[in-house]
Amino acid sequence: MKNKLPAAPYLVWMIVFILVPLIMVAYFAFTDKDAHFTLDYVSNVAQYTPIFVRSIWLALISTVICLFIAYPLAYILIGMNTNIQSTMLMIVMLPMWMNFLLRTYAWMALLGNNGLINALLGLVGLGPFKMLNTEGAVVLGMVYNYLPFMILPIYSVMVKIDKSVLEAAADLGCNPAKTMLKVVFPLSLPGVFSGITMVFVPAISTFIISRMLGGGGNLLIGDLIEMQFLGNSYNINLGAAISLVLMVIVLLIMTILNQFGADDDGVMVI
Amino acid sequence: MSENIITLKDIVVEFDGERILDKINLEIKDKEFVTFLGPSGCGKTTTLRIIGGFLEPDSGDVMFDGQRINGVPPYKRNINTVFQRYALFPHLNVYDNIAFGLRIKKMPEKAISKRVAEMLKLVNLVGYEKRSITRLSGGQQQRVAIARALVNHPKVLLLDEPLGALDLKLRKEMQIELKRIQEQLEITFIYVTHDQEEALTMSDTVVVMNGGKIQQIGSPVDIYNEPTNAFVADFIGESNILRGLMIRDRLVEIAGNEFECVDSGFGENTPVDIVIRPEDITLVPPSESKLNGIVESVIFKGVHYEMLIEGYDFQWIVHSTKAAEKGASVGISFTPDDIHIMHRMKDDDVKEEIAENEE
Ligand SMILES: Nc1ncnc2c1ncn2[C@@H]1O[C@H](COP(=O)(O)OP(=O)(O)OP(=O)(O)O)[C@@H](O)[C@H]1O
Ligand SMILES: [Mg+2]
Repeated sequence: MKNKLPAAPYLVWMIVFILVPLIMVAYFAFTDKDAHFTLDYVSNVAQYTPIFVRSIWLALISTVICLFIAYPLAYILIGMNTNIQSTMLMIVMLPMWMNFLLRTYAWMALLGNNGLINALLGLVGLGPFKMLNTEGAVVLGMVYNYLPFMILPIYSVMVKIDKSVLEAAADLGCNPAKTMLKVVFPLSLPGVFSGITMVFVPAISTFIISRMLGGGGNLLIGDLIEMQFLGNSYNINLGAAISLVLMVIVLLIMTILNQFGADDDGVMVI
Repeated sequence: MSENIITLKDIVVEFDGERILDKINLEIKDKEFVTFLGPSGCGKTTTLRIIGGFLEPDSGDVMFDGQRINGVPPYKRNINTVFQRYALFPHLNVYDNIAFGLRIKKMPEKAISKRVAEMLKLVNLVGYEKRSITRLSGGQQQRVAIARALVNHPKVLLLDEPLGALDLKLRKEMQIELKRIQEQLEITFIYVTHDQEEALTMSDTVVVMNGGKIQQIGSPVDIYNEPTNAFVADFIGESNILRGLMIRDRLVEIAGNEFECVDSGFGENTPVDIVIRPEDITLVPPSESKLNGIVESVIFKGVHYEMLIEGYDFQWIVHSTKAAEKGASVGISFTPDDIHIMHRMKDDDVKEEIAENEE
């Protein structure tokens, strides 16, 4: 009993700020305006399937791109001496010190039809290209904003890999590429998984990025939910229902992903 | 082709301007069992890392089978290593750790499982195949490290204190097993230890190192009986090391008395260091010896008694199966054969190194 005492504040925190809101979301999703039980809203969510698919698809692409940029970067980083490592990490983190909205506005200014990039291309007689208000712009915005969340966990797992284990691999006949494949990669998987989670989850529910860089035509779930609570189509019951479905989908995807992570005990290395 | 499998020529290594290896010259014959012996921090691991290819010397040549191999990466050298800190793969189980090298060489799985099974038997870990490395004791991890390197049957095996984490009984068993394997598979073993007994019992050749320099290279018997200096004598076993004066060939002055000895070639009236092994001394009645003392202490050591005799200006260590009476007056006696004469080391060296060694 005594041991549980220090945990009490955290318990209260979790109940007040996590459990209660979750229950409220579920409550609103399954009731109508007169507080009667109904499945209407939840079943209505099905009509938004295309938006769900687009959201998952764009979040997936962004996550994969982040992974492909972050992984080699982390690997290069750990090979450098520690001073350069921390400087490079600083640079990676630098954009995060700027306000999220500001960063995204900056991309609008760059990508617009009269933006900086098209202006420069115009000088050499190219363009203008439509870049703003496309899916590509949304993906770019996600990658740009969430990349640090992929780099950090991968880097922090990789940097802890004992250098002597890499020497052992070389000793047993692995060239650098094989060492990477057979030792570094399997050992860095936990970092990869948490990186994927940390990018995928915010990416699938974002609404600012899609609003600002995607224009009206690239609505994502996040936008949809926001509209139910703050927009003119005010309908908190539907909003709660969509949120609930989104939560279930994310949970499912994470469970599948963790399944991969769980059985990496030697099986991942063939 | 030379019959030397490994040759080190004038190897120098410096870290942050500090000289860690100072002109190491060494020739290792094929199929030889060579042991590096020396106190902590003397450069044993560094020398192994040079041979393994994990560290490039600042100057000097590394030769393998007559070829210069400076700059050749470890994975291209037919050498395997048992690392001092094991360096096992934490994501693999015992079996996969041991099979790692053979899989890289693309050996068929069937042959691999046979080899791994042999190794597991050798290191006494049958039944642990599926165990995760992180759930093994230190000694078990060490044995996996031995198996993982040995299973590849390399030309040369580097072993960095491979038995350090084992209990005495298991260590003795593994010593015998390793020696047997080494002879059976005809692998050149380069072995590091700071256990002098292990070095003397297992090796064909012992290399005594100190402060980044090789002190002596020789067979265990040579090293024990003819240490070249006071450091080697002291490190290789508890010893009485005295100052003396070589009067002329075969005559030496110890503690003011002249003794016959068997050494020559030191010149006349040369200051020398003298080693007399504790087990070579016999205690006699005071009247029968030129050197007398009082028995300070008598400690039972299992096989023998260790006695400290407070003599004039010098405290003798004597090993004998017969205990003397504490406080008794005794004479110190030895034969000319038992007097080992060595060149005097520089004063400071001796004091410093012996002090270090006694920590
Ligand atoms: N990477 C390094 N950078 C700086 N100094 C080092 C480095 N590696 C080793 N040294 C120094 O080199 C010296 C020799 O080290 P080495 O590991 O070869 O000793 P050793 O004989 O193996 O000792 P032990 O018996 O304790 O393992 C030590 O003084 C150590 O501090
Ligand atoms: Mg060492």
